[in-house]
Amino acid sequence: MELTYTPEQIAFRAEVRAWLKHNLPAEPLASYDTREGFEQHRAWEAKLFDSRLSMVMWPAELGGRGCGLIEWLIFEEEYYGAGAPMRVNQNGQLLLGPTLMEFGTEQQKKHFLPRMAASTDMWAQGWSEPNAGSDMAAITSKALLDGDHYVLNGQKTWSTRAIYADWLFGLFRSEPGSTRHHGLSFLMVPLNAPGVSIRPIKALNGKDAFAEVFFDDVRVPVANRIGAQGEGWHVAMATAGFERGLLLRSPARFQYTARKLVELYLAHQASADRDPGLRDAVQDCWMTAEAYALSAYHTVGRLSQGAQIGAESSINKIIWSELDLKMHETAMRLLGARGELLASAPAAGDAGGWLEGFLFAQSGPIYAGTNEIQRNIIAERMLGLPK
Amino acid sequence: MDFTFSDDQLTFREAISRFLMTEAAPEMLREIWDTDAGRSPDLRNKIASQGLTALSVPEAEGGLGMDDVAWALMTQELGYYAIPDSLADTAYVAAGLLASLPVDHPARARLLPRIAEGSVRLAIGHPINPLVSDAQLAEVLILCDGDAIHAIPRAEVDVEANPSIDASRRLGRVSWRASAATLLIDGEQGHALQARLLDRGALSVAGQLLGLAQRMLDLSVDYVAQRKQFGKPIGSFQAVKHHLADVARQIEQAKPVLYRAAHGLARGDASAGRWVSQARLACCEASWLAARKGIQVHGAMGYTWEVDLQMFMKRAWSLDAAWGDRGFHKSRVGDYLFAAGARLGPGHTFED
Repeated sequence: MELTYTPEQIAFRAEVRAWLKHNLPAEPLASYDTREGFEQHRAWEAKLFDSRLSMVMWPAELGGRGCGLIEWLIFEEEYYGAGAPMRVNQNGQLLLGPTLMEFGTEQQKKHFLPRMAASTDMWAQGWSEPNAGSDMAAITSKALLDGDHYVLNGQKTWSTRAIYADWLFGLFRSEPGSTRHHGLSFLMVPLNAPGVSIRPIKALNGKDAFAEVFFDDVRVPVANRIGAQGEGWHVAMATAGFERGLLLRSPARFQYTARKLVELYLAHQASADRDPGLRDAVQDCWMTAEAYALSAYHTVGRLSQGAQIGAESSINKIIWSELDLKMHETAMRLLGARGELLASAPAAGDAGGWLEGFLFAQSGPIYAGTNEIQRNIIAERMLGLPK
Repeated sequence: MDFTFSDDQLTFREAISRFLMTEAAPEMLREIWDTDAGRSPDLRNKIASQGLTALSVPEAEGGLGMDDVAWALMTQELGYYAIPDSLADTAYVAAGLLASLPVDHPARARLLPRIAEGSVRLAIGHPINPLVSDAQLAEVLILCDGDAIHAIPRAEVDVEANPSIDASRRLGRVSWRASAATLLIDGEQGHALQARLLDRGALSVAGQLLGLAQRMLDLSVDYVAQRKQFGKPIGSFQAVKHHLADVARQIEQAKPVLYRAAHGLARGDASAGRWVSQARLACCEASWLAARKGIQVHGAMGYTWEVDLQMFMKRAWSLDAAWGDRGFHKSRVGDYLFAAGARLGPGHTFED
């Protein structure tokens, strides 16, 4: 055990910090749940990519730097520590990207990964359906083979920012009569293909944050399938593993929010201390954010020794989603009567930014597999309890 | 950046765990509870023969020269098996103090080799603890007086026994008189060593609490997998699963917090005290929850004397406030967190 960074890692941190200092947008970008904000974020991603900072762990030929996981953690710390924009293409870069690397053909990798790193292609997910939520194996959307194409029919839902995105990846039932997790194929679908229609769903914040996607005889080349025909469930499970695992929610952004929360408490200490629980809640949030960061470093160490991420992905998901919720709930309590104000309200002061985060935090324990499902996974796969 | 244990550390832990599994079974703990001394010289000798008492004694003084990081693993084993002994007080906390004395200090040669061979029991009195664990049985007591630290023979102190709900804990109120003859160290050095004594005591408890939490979780998993109601194991019901998943989460969340603190202590980092307090709070949370959920999923059986869960619960409850209660440890973290100029946020996780 040696908890210090190498000189190279320290230099990398300094480089990222300096780059961000020179390149961060002067004004915050508009919300990426709007068309305008989405395109601003795309441009920002392209800028990151031009300096090979969008996917630092990816190999150089894909536009990355071939960094290790520790360097990735360092990048994330500097990135979120500087208050840089949210990453708009994470569904592609962090979920589909690793899946393509593991299951994709050489041609698929060569075509899709650099465009994904540069955010030339923006990706949406196509997992859930109206009757397949937590029970994802209940998928009914079809992809029937017709020559060298699949013909897609059906509906996906809760597809984040799909009305703005270029592509969708997801699971489709490719074998007629199959049930549950058998007979599914993992496909990549261009969202401008004839027969695709997208209907936005307004989220709590009033923006078109997610969408329903309808498929009406949509033709998709067989070459857009990842993994073997009918083996989509296996491929998707690997993707879900990445999502719940280390990458999707690196600790840095929660440590950043925890720091902001401490600052908010100190700015309003006189009124905050009338509620004796608030100081304790702030401290508890900060300690949990640190614990989550330590756990990421510990996991990286164990991965380097050859361990696999298993059910601890589910523990991570519970930790970050409950932490994010508690931090924003605590912020709302600290803000008191100003908490309800939109950022545009003249009297909002420092309140506005927290409200948007508070709304989004409500979704954390629901998306990427509800926390109830995560607890089942921990109990069954880690503790070995019966189904 | 290497947040892993060495093969040596892991192999040693595995050996101690296997040893304690056979030598410290719950039936034996119950027998030892019923003895007057509450201690088994035989068990202690066997543990010493495994090398555990020599773990952090410097090699020059007959020990293995390992550090706090190794103890972060070993204290979990001591907790997991609820060893009816204050072994870590002597072998870890007191040895750590003695090994921090100047190299020519006579107490080193007098006590460290004997700690390594397992032939001496020390008890430690620190102002953070109102009572002294194993004061009655110790050969030598390490006691604090102002900034000074003394080592005083058992024959020169009076001990009033104070029974605990955990029959393995033998607590005493100690009356004594400091003298020049008993002085180990004083002044600034004494003050600094008292602070480190507290940190090691608190870390030792943190590790034990985490081990206790794991044992209570394991016992609970075994129980709910066997116990049937409504025609199936109660462990198949989500309400029960989720209780235990929450315990597993708290345990996993606490581990790296404990390990960072141990590493910081071994390296003598200025932040070590705060990190120890964070570790203590995380481990207290895990063991407290493991006890509460453990008894809940055991149903009425958990409330009995007969079922083993009680031994581990009682130890967890007893240790919760040893070497600093939660208020003390929360204050140490809060004093840093809410002070002007605190370096918070991403990138400062390991910063000294």
